[in-house]
Amino acid sequence: MITALLLIPLLGALAAWVIPDNRRRPLVLPVIATLHLGLTVLLLADPPPASLNGWIWLDPLGGLVLLCISLLFTVCAFYAVGYLAYRQERSNRVLCMGLLVCLAAMGLVTVSQHLGLLWVALETTTVSMAPLIYFNKNARSIEATWKYLLICSVGIALALLGLLFLAYSTYLAQQDATLLLSALLATARGLNPGWLHAAVIFLLVGYGSKMGLAPLHTWKPDAYGEAPGMVGALLAGGLVNCAFLAILRVYQVCLASGSTELRFFQQALVGMGLLSMAFAAVFMARQADFKRMLAYSSVEHVGILAIGLGLGNGALFGALFHLLNNGLTKGVLFLTSGNIHRSYGNKTTEVVRGALTRLPWSGGLFLAGFIAITGSPPFAPFISEYTIVSSAFVDGRYLVAGLLLLFLTIVFIGMALTVLPMVMGAPPEEATPSGYRDSLLMVCPPLVTMAIILVLGVWPPAPLLTLLKNGAALLGVPS
Amino acid sequence: MNSLADQLLVLVMLINLVMLGSSRLIFSIRAVAAQGVILGILPSLVHPLSFHLVAITASIILAKGIVIPYLIGDAVHKAHIRREVEPFIGYLPTLFLGAVCTALAFVFAARLPLAPEHRSLLVVPASIATLLTGFLILTTRRKAISQVIGYLVLENGIFVFGLLLTEAMPFMVEAGALLDLLVGIFVMGIVINQISQEFSTIDTSRLRALKEE
Repeated sequence: MITALLLIPLLGALAAWVIPDNRRRPLVLPVIATLHLGLTVLLLADPPPASLNGWIWLDPLGGLVLLCISLLFTVCAFYAVGYLAYRQERSNRVLCMGLLVCLAAMGLVTVSQHLGLLWVALETTTVSMAPLIYFNKNARSIEATWKYLLICSVGIALALLGLLFLAYSTYLAQQDATLLLSALLATARGLNPGWLHAAVIFLLVGYGSKMGLAPLHTWKPDAYGEAPGMVGALLAGGLVNCAFLAILRVYQVCLASGSTELRFFQQALVGMGLLSMAFAAVFMARQADFKRMLAYSSVEHVGILAIGLGLGNGALFGALFHLLNNGLTKGVLFLTSGNIHRSYGNKTTEVVRGALTRLPWSGGLFLAGFIAITGSPPFAPFISEYTIVSSAFVDGRYLVAGLLLLFLTIVFIGMALTVLPMVMGAPPEEATPSGYRDSLLMVCPPLVTMAIILVLGVWPPAPLLTLLKNGAALLGVPS
Repeated sequence: MNSLADQLLVLVMLINLVMLGSSRLIFSIRAVAAQGVILGILPSLVHPLSFHLVAITASIILAKGIVIPYLIGDAVHKAHIRREVEPFIGYLPTLFLGAVCTALAFVFAARLPLAPEHRSLLVVPASIATLLTGFLILTTRRKAISQVIGYLVLENGIFVFGLLLTEAMPFMVEAGALLDLLVGIFVMGIVINQISQEFSTIDTSRLRALKEE
C-alpha cells in the first residue's frame, strides 16, 4: 500500500506529461489527490508493518505529517483546476508535473526510516518545487527562485554533512556505520559524543534553513511572495512540515543518546524559535505586501513549532497538533490571498482595500484565516498554541512563556494592521475590475479547510488524538 | 595504495586553490570536473573492490565529470560570458584566504577524535579545506555560474568526507543523492538562462528587487 502511495503521484506526473490539452491536464491533480488521501486514511487506520529491512515504515510522527500533506494537497489540487482555468495563457505542464513529483517525494519523506533516504527525498522536494515558484516567469519570480534554490541547496548539503558525521559517530562506536533510525535509536547511548554534537549542529542548520527558522529564513518572504497562491500553501504547509519531520528524527536520536545532547538541542531549538518569532514580529508590522506578510507568519509559526519541541514534555503534544493546524490554516490563507491578488492584480495594501465587499467569500475566508492563525478561539491553532504556552508555565519556563506571549501579541497587532484595512472598507475606485470572480472551485477548497480547522478546534476526533499521543510518546512523553 | 590516495587528495586541494585564483569560468568548470573525476577514482583506492564500488565509481565520474560540467558549460555558452568580473573580494585575497583555510583544516583535523585507521589519511583535512573553499567561492563571487561552481565544490568536500563511510551510505541513497544533485544543477542552469535573458547579465548582485523597505 505504501508502494501505491509513492507510485500513484508519479504515474499522475507521467499522465500530466503525456496529456497535450492545457485545459484537461489539471484534472489529473484532483483525481490523484483523492486517491492519495484515500490511501492515507487507509494507511493510518491500519498501519502496515515495517518493510524493506526496516527502511520503510509509517510511524505516528510520519503518519501525522502525511495526513497534513495529503489533506492540504487535495485542497490545493481542486483549487488548482479553478486557478489554472484562469491561467490558460501559459502551459501548465511543468506545474502539474512538479506538484505531483513533489507529492511523491513528500510521501517518501514521511515513510522513510533511513535518514539517508529521508535526505534524498527532502532534496527532491526542494528541486521539484523550484519550477513552481518560477511559474509567473517574471524578473521578480526568477530572483525568488534563485535565492530559494541556492540557499536551500546549500542548507540541505550541510545537512548531508551532518548525516555523515552522525554515521561516523556510529562507526566509532561499533565499527559499523549505519543511518537506519531503529538501529541508531537502539545504540544511541554509545555514540561518540563529539561527532554526535557536530552532527546535531549541522543537521539543525541544514534542516532549519529548509524549514525557514531565523536567522536562516531569508529566502522565505521572496519565495512565498512570488509563488502562485497554491504553491505558497504547499511550501508553507507541506515542505515546512517535511523539514520539521527531519528535525523530529534528529530529536529522537538526541533523546535516545542521553540527556546532554538532548538539552543542547532543546536549548538551540528554543533559541532559534524565539529569534524566528522576534524577526516575524518586527517585519510583519507595516508590511505592505500581504503575501510577504504571510511568509513572515510562516517564519513565526515554525518558531512556535521549534519552541514547542524545545520545551518538551506537554508542549510536544501541542507542537505536533500545531504542525497540522498551521499547515491547514496556511492553506486557507495562501489560497484566498491568491484569489484576492488575482482580483485586484496587486498584492500591496495600498491598492487592495475592501476585499469583503468585492470578494465576499475570499475576503471573509481570508479574515477567518487571519483570526485562526493568530491563535483566537474557537479555531484549532488556539488549542495547540495554548497547550504550548501553558506547558511552558507548568514547567516553570516563565521567561520563554512570557516572550512567547509577547511575540504572539505583537504579531497579532502587526497582522491586524495589514489584514483589517485589506478586507474592510470600500474598494478603491481606481482598481479596475479584472475578469476574476469568486467561483465554486476557488472558494470551496479553502472553505472546507476552514471548516476542518474549526472542527479540530471544538471537537478533535478521537483517532487524531490517539495519533498525536502516540507521536508524542515517540518523542519521550510517557503515554 | 593509500599513498596514491593521499596524492590525489593533495591534487584536490591544489585544484581548490587554482579555482580561487582564476577568473575564467570555463577553466573553473573544467577544474571542478577534474575534481569530480578524482572523487570518482578515490573510493576504489580506499575500499576493497565490489560491485557496489564499481557502480559508485562509474556514476560519480559520469555525473560529476561529464554531465554536470556539460550542463554548466551549456549555460555559460548561452549566457555569452567568459569571466567573473569584480568579485566582492579580489582573486589574490581569496587565494590567500583559501591557503589559510587549508592550513587551518590540517590543524583542526589533527584535533578531531578520528578512528585510529583514519588518522594518517588526508581525507578529513582535504574535506574541510574543500568545504571552506566552496563557501569562499559562494560568498565572494557575483556571477550566478560562479555560485553554482561554489556549490559544487562544497558538495565535493562533503563527498570527500563520505569516503570514510562508503558502507553507511547504501548504493540507493548515494545514487539518489547524485541524481538530486544532477537535477538541481539542471534546474539551476535553466534559471541562469532565464536570469541572463531577463536582466541581460547573470550578475546576482542585480537581483535585489525583493527586500524589505
